[in-house]
Amino acid sequence: MASPDRSARGEHAPRTWRKPPFIANPLVRYGIIVAVVAYLIWAFGSLPFNWTRIAEGLPRAARIFSGGFPPSFERFGLLLTGFKESFQIAILATLLGVALSIPFAVMAARNIAPMPIYLLGRAIIIVSRSFHPVIVAILFVAAVGFGPLAGILTLTLYSIGFVGKLLAEEIEEIDWGQVEAMRASGAGYLATLFYAVFPQILPRQVGLSMYQLDSNLRASAVVGIVGAGGIGSTLMNAFGRYDYDFAFAILLIIIAVILLSEGISGWVRKKIW
Amino acid sequence: MLEITQLVKRYGQNEAVLKGLDLKVEGNSVVSIVGASGAGKSTLLRCINRLEEPTSGSITLNGTELVHLKGTALRQARRKIGMVFQGFNLLDRLTVMENVLAGRLGYVNLYQAITRRYPQADIERAFSLMERVGIAHYANKRADQLSGGERQRVGVVRALMQEPDVLLADEPTASLDPRTSEQIMMLLQSLASELSLPVLINIHNVAQAKTYTERIVGLRHGTLIFDGAPADFNHDALDAIYGGIETPDESVTGQPPAAGEHAHGLA
Repeated sequence: MASPDRSARGEHAPRTWRKPPFIANPLVRYGIIVAVVAYLIWAFGSLPFNWTRIAEGLPRAARIFSGGFPPSFERFGLLLTGFKESFQIAILATLLGVALSIPFAVMAARNIAPMPIYLLGRAIIIVSRSFHPVIVAILFVAAVGFGPLAGILTLTLYSIGFVGKLLAEEIEEIDWGQVEAMRASGAGYLATLFYAVFPQILPRQVGLSMYQLDSNLRASAVVGIVGAGGIGSTLMNAFGRYDYDFAFAILLIIIAVILLSEGISGWVRKKIW
Repeated sequence: MLEITQLVKRYGQNEAVLKGLDLKVEGNSVVSIVGASGAGKSTLLRCINRLEEPTSGSITLNGTELVHLKGTALRQARRKIGMVFQGFNLLDRLTVMENVLAGRLGYVNLYQAITRRYPQADIERAFSLMERVGIAHYANKRADQLSGGERQRVGVVRALMQEPDVLLADEPTASLDPRTSEQIMMLLQSLASELSLPVLINIHNVAQAKTYTERIVGLRHGTLIFDGAPADFNHDALDAIYGGIETPDESVTGQPPAAGEHAHGLA
């Protein structure tokens, strides 16, 4: 090894440096590469890609796109009706979902719920989170028929799951001293909730509600496609009748509305946090 | 009268934190409980209002046995035990008045609590107590906007709103600067005599304990090893309580101006 003063004068063999590999063990490193390549070859070889159909489909896709231009806003009234319904679904579902998420969040918070209630609350939240809204919407459409009611139920359940989970975690992190102070004064369980717990989670609750409204608006367009009302249903009908120019108009407006709602909800959340 | 006999508190299978404690507090005496960290001071106070469950023993307040109370009976007993906390434990996002009125939560029904429609007598009491400790002008301010000393005054008033038969103060001055903590100690001392209320104060500062209380109880490893007047609390007692554990804070910064403290009577 060269001494420092010698190396300062450069009287030593050039030293090299290479970045250490991400996976140190060479066997594992090359093994993973081989496995990935083998999987890709097997997957492409065994999945039924119909290349002739894909070749036919490309001009068809081009036809749809060219049919969509220019977008037609002729049936603006229909578009407006669809959006109005989507907004109604989203706002109602958000109000209902956010309100209902509070009791479920209380049930699912380990620090304030007794064990059996906690398990029940967690179970409800896990179940309502385990399916994508589209799947839930299919079930509700089958149960209550086509239309906005199915959409409202779907998105309410979706909101309970999402807001309830985050709110429960927020409750688990509250300043416990306030709860103890209320207990020490002889306050009952519900009075303690209203004085020591809810004020502490209020800012988070408002923020989550704004986020959920934004998210429900987006989801209401999607669940409409399976028949749960709103602009999604309008879009699906337009495609079904090969009204590609109208469908494109709807898509453009959806993008605009989502952008706008995201901007507004982001602004509001920044204001209160 | 608060009477504790053979109080034992044990967490799981560990060594007991309180090992058969006996303590009797009568009248409007101000008792300070001193001891090193971990001696069991907080556990003792928290067993009294059952924020901790005693393992065995008996605690009676004016003849009511507290140890086995449950549900409504426990809540009603807690109404008569005020508590002041080290970290104040105020409802930070609510106003000072809401914090003070929260001391009445054991008395009002849920509708009154949620809508803040407290009985007129409670509001009167809140204002006079707040005036007594000099925070009435903050009634509509958010609790987290106050200074430490002011926050602890809110805590004291909240506890007094309960019309307690005994006041527990768990290190009420440990989060405050020396001068403010002396003001709070003086306040507790004078309120105890004005309201003829026994007060138990956990405290680290031995000098303050000697200055502001009339009886000192020393704990070490969950056992009561000193019980007497401040005058008898000599160097030997200090050594017995803290010996080999830590050096207690041994300073009093001088008498703070007493004018504001004693000017108002309790209406």
